[in-house]
Amino acid sequence: MSKPRRILPGFHLSLGIALVYVSIILLLPLGSLVGQLADLSWARYWSIITDPRNLASYRITVLSAALASLFNMLFGLLCAWVLVRYTFPGKRILDALMDLPFALPTAVAGITISTLYASQGAIGQWLGFKVAYSWLGIVVAMAFTSVPFVVRTVQPVLEELPASVDEAAITLGASNAYAFRRVILPFIWPALLTGTGLAFARSLGEYGAVIFVAGNMPYKTEVTSLMVVTRLQEFDYPAAAAIASVVLIASLLLLLVINIYQARFFRRIHGNQHV
Amino acid sequence: MPARHVLASLFAASALGASLFAHAENVTLLNVSYDPTRELYQQYNKAFSQWYQKESGDSVSIQQSNGGSGSQSRSVIEGAPADVVTLALAYDIDAIADRNAGVPKDWQKQLPDNSSPYTSTIVFLVRKGNPKGIHDWGDLTKQGVEVITPNPKTSGGARWNFLAAWSWALKQKLGDLGKLHDPRYAEEMKAATAYARDYVRDLFKNASVLDSGARGSTNTFVKNGQGDVLIAWESDALLASEKLDKGNYEIVVPSLSILTEPPVAKVEGNVKRKGEAAEKAADAYLKHLYSPEGQRIIADNYYRPRNTDGIPQQELRLFPKLELVNVDEVFGGWAKAQKTFFADGGVFDQLQQR
Repeated sequence: MSKPRRILPGFHLSLGIALVYVSIILLLPLGSLVGQLADLSWARYWSIITDPRNLASYRITVLSAALASLFNMLFGLLCAWVLVRYTFPGKRILDALMDLPFALPTAVAGITISTLYASQGAIGQWLGFKVAYSWLGIVVAMAFTSVPFVVRTVQPVLEELPASVDEAAITLGASNAYAFRRVILPFIWPALLTGTGLAFARSLGEYGAVIFVAGNMPYKTEVTSLMVVTRLQEFDYPAAAAIASVVLIASLLLLLVINIYQARFFRRIHGNQHV
Repeated sequence: MPARHVLASLFAASALGASLFAHAENVTLLNVSYDPTRELYQQYNKAFSQWYQKESGDSVSIQQSNGGSGSQSRSVIEGAPADVVTLALAYDIDAIADRNAGVPKDWQKQLPDNSSPYTSTIVFLVRKGNPKGIHDWGDLTKQGVEVITPNPKTSGGARWNFLAAWSWALKQKLGDLGKLHDPRYAEEMKAATAYARDYVRDLFKNASVLDSGARGSTNTFVKNGQGDVLIAWESDALLASEKLDKGNYEIVVPSLSILTEPPVAKVEGNVKRKGEAAEKAADAYLKHLYSPEGQRIIADNYYRPRNTDGIPQQELRLFPKLELVNVDEVFGGWAKAQKTFFADGGVFDQLQQR
């Protein structure tokens, strides 16, 4: 009798269900995307994805998403920090608010942001520069829809780090800044990076919120997801799939790079022991 | 689903078999429509249900879906269970017919007036007092005028805007649109086309926001205070100036515009599966739009009725007479216009190139 490899029962069943689920929810749509691409020759694929208008849209999308993610990295971390380390009245409400961007339909978010930040809007009228209907509007919309990724990935990690750790650092003579840089940041860095990466990937594909604030001017404020929708509107599915594949590959590469970096990071911290 | 269908048909069969009882059916229809018809069909659906119940005994409830005309058409092609489609332009229903998605090829001949129970046109909405002095298409390309229009690539309404602007420019140069298809004027036509290109290019240079749909543009102009002039459906412009924000906007009627004919059609492929009662109800639903009651509701919601009998003067006053061209005459139909102007690499794309 060979003894069972795993102590926990139900491995085959749960793995099977998980794989079926992943296939239906993830791989099937991706597969049909690739299927659409099969209708294209390489030359045509290349000419679609390097069309100057599409190139302009990648630049706009990537720059806006980068800025929005950077912004979220800072403020998401701050929010997580406040939520974990302090107690104050209304904390639960603030905590719940963090998920709002996920719960709200993105189109509603887009329309609301455009109304607030328009030149006569509640916020826009106080700003000396244009936000809604410029690329800054895109950044605001992307930042709004993706901030929970950072907060929700950093928060649990921060909760595991007891306040006594930074207190110890400080009693041992570290300055506040030093303690943050050398003690806290290394601990939450992988989570912060993952959260920011997820926020970035989400921003690359954002459509609903962005479309109402961007202004959608060719070469200036057209995001890549709009280019995809435009092609769909022309019933040119292969071209839409071609443009979408660029976003998809960019997101996958990014997530992969983050995962590899994280694995390295853990190895550096924990040696080769299993974590 | 199929199990339910089987059950439903069993029930229907047994009801027919019995046939001793007068049987009133419950029918649900889905009307897939374009963006600015929300208010129109909300009112019409209610009126129709009441009328139809009296007429046939069957009770019909109508579900309504609104969105950009092009994306609505696409969703029907991809399998949305629409029973009737009421879209912004014939091309979008042609697209369904061409892909055999439930609408017969000759759909436009099945109802009167090109299957368009109402018409509308394209006008300008400006801010109170018309501060930028906008009176006709020519004023839209002046320096410092900010124009709001949706994007012709994604919005049916925007395509009408584009074609209206183009027609005006042609007329400016030709003087008489009768010359359009007359080979004797080929040279003049060439010059006029070049003029129209330049004009429309300048027009889009003055555009500061290209929303993806007509309602988005109205929102941008009215709610968010962007731009000096909105090129809009007359129905949307009237809704904004008469209802939403009375007194703050003025409608400017240009010297020439386009006759927009938003068409309707039954999606046979879908409604047939629901049975005879549903099919009858769908037919009646579209036909009743042409009735005095339907036409009245149409006028109430700022669309131009086909038949003005019995519609009060004060409502008709909202629809001024102006020179209207139509797509078939000037552009040789929607299929051709779509291909020339809005397809990938078409005139609109060329004009946008830097």
